[in-house]
Amino acid sequence: MNINEFLIPTQEVCRRPGPLDRIVMTSRVRLARNLQETPFPGHASKQEREAHLKKIKPVVESVAPMKKGFAEELTNLRDLDRQLLVERHLISRELAKKKQGAALVLSADETLCVMINEEDHLRMQTILPGLQIKEAWKAINKLDTMLEAKLPIAFSSRFGYLTACPTNIGTGIRVSAMLHLPGLVIAEQMQQTITAVNKLGLAVRGLYGEGTEALANVFQISNQMTLGETELEIIERLNKVVLQIIENEENARAKLLETKPEMLFNNIGRAYGILTNAHTISSKEAKNLLSLLRLGVDLGHFPDMDPAVVDELFIVTEPAHIQYGEAKRMTPEERDIRRASLLRERLSDSPRPKMTVTEPLDESETSLNPEKDTEKD
Amino acid sequence: MLCNVCHKNEATVHLTQMLEGEIKKMDMCESCAQVHGVDDPGMSLVDLLVGLGPKSTDNKAQASVDTETSECPHCGYTLADIKKSGRLGCPECYIAFEEGLEQMLRSMHKGLTHTGKAPKSFRNTRELERKARTLEKDLKKAIREERYEDAAVIRDSLKNLAETIRDFET
Repeated sequence: MNINEFLIPTQEVCRRPGPLDRIVMTSRVRLARNLQETPFPGHASKQEREAHLKKIKPVVESVAPMKKGFAEELTNLRDLDRQLLVERHLISRELAKKKQGAALVLSADETLCVMINEEDHLRMQTILPGLQIKEAWKAINKLDTMLEAKLPIAFSSRFGYLTACPTNIGTGIRVSAMLHLPGLVIAEQMQQTITAVNKLGLAVRGLYGEGTEALANVFQISNQMTLGETELEIIERLNKVVLQIIENEENARAKLLETKPEMLFNNIGRAYGILTNAHTISSKEAKNLLSLLRLGVDLGHFPDMDPAVVDELFIVTEPAHIQYGEAKRMTPEERDIRRASLLRERLSDSPRPKMTVTEPLDESETSLNPEKDTEKD
Repeated sequence: MLCNVCHKNEATVHLTQMLEGEIKKMDMCESCAQVHGVDDPGMSLVDLLVGLGPKSTDNKAQASVDTETSECPHCGYTLADIKKSGRLGCPECYIAFEEGLEQMLRSMHKGLTHTGKAPKSFRNTRELERKARTLEKDLKKAIREERYEDAAVIRDSLKNLAETIRDFET
């Protein structure tokens, strides 16, 4: 089966609305579970991993939410397919590297994904657009309850769900929200935010989770502790922190508009200029500029631009997406050229940003775009 | 701040390490840092966390050597393997190495006892209800003593607990 044929088109995925999705891109809840009395995937032999797979995969495929989904062993997926799934945030980079015995089962609507023989026998996750952590927990909790009725899950009344890594023991839950925070980054308040969030026992990571750098002003906030608190306590704490960060981000944006509009408009204007005129562009540069473009859309400087178009560009300019469908592997240089032409093409209908600096009352400084009369907001 | 290892001297060596993407912190006094080879760039924090404590007295040192080489009866993994990989071998390892792991878990988590969801066969709503009753008492006490901030925290936990119980029952 061709993975790209199964996956929901990016333009559709990016148009799914969610609460507070101006800043919160997605909410994710992941549970780690293992079978009783058999080694974790990292210590298991090939035969044992195959046996786990045989036991788990049919059960996962049989439960209602996963029916008509996509189920495949990793050995049957090409490198490009694996990378495509990672770029859609549907599987982890760790699973993408696995071979014998590893598999994924994806629900038809792509909100639920079960990874088999990743670090744990079962890693199941829900991803929903916007801030919907509690809803995500409800969905994955339901799936988990269905699976645990049919599989012997390792659990101790003292330590809870037993996991390969002791950092996941107990609830086995990892709750996270992906946030777009250009305002805090530009206002140089991000380091401060990270320190404060860390102090509350939460982790701040980059776009692709553990060990990845923060690109495109996107940060993932997640819980670190999994033992000694209930799932709802963990969720509520994270939710509170995320709401606070959203408020700080909105304040940072407002303050920048008020105190440093030239700097802000310069950043956004240049991003637009490069994205619409470049002839070769790396994935990293494209992402960072798209973040600024998205900020411009959020601030109302591109009244005719659909934010979903920008969100989609984030995904379709990723390396695997750029070269999907090509017979031979493209070199990075070829990809950069293709990426630039894709951006020029997709943004060709998007008019220049409308940005005017509001003049201070006491002083008449010249605005950057005096010929343009725009609505603010 | 006291040394995390000997709990006697003032901690002067502060160690931060990225472990599987998580930031782990240790505070130690000069002599404990030397004993544990903090200068050694190959030193792992897991090593330290797992091996915490039982280095001071001979008795305990002996015990620690024993646990290092003893195997999980189910999968054959040793505590040394755990230190090396940062992972356990199988679910049964948690029982086999319970004592040695406790220190490590303490440094990673909010508590040492699971309070969240449990599989149906393990669910003990009575236990949760007992916890709820204790919290209710605490709440009344906090209000009586006008500790309103505490009361708010307890009220939130109660709300969560009630929801957890309801989730279990449905």
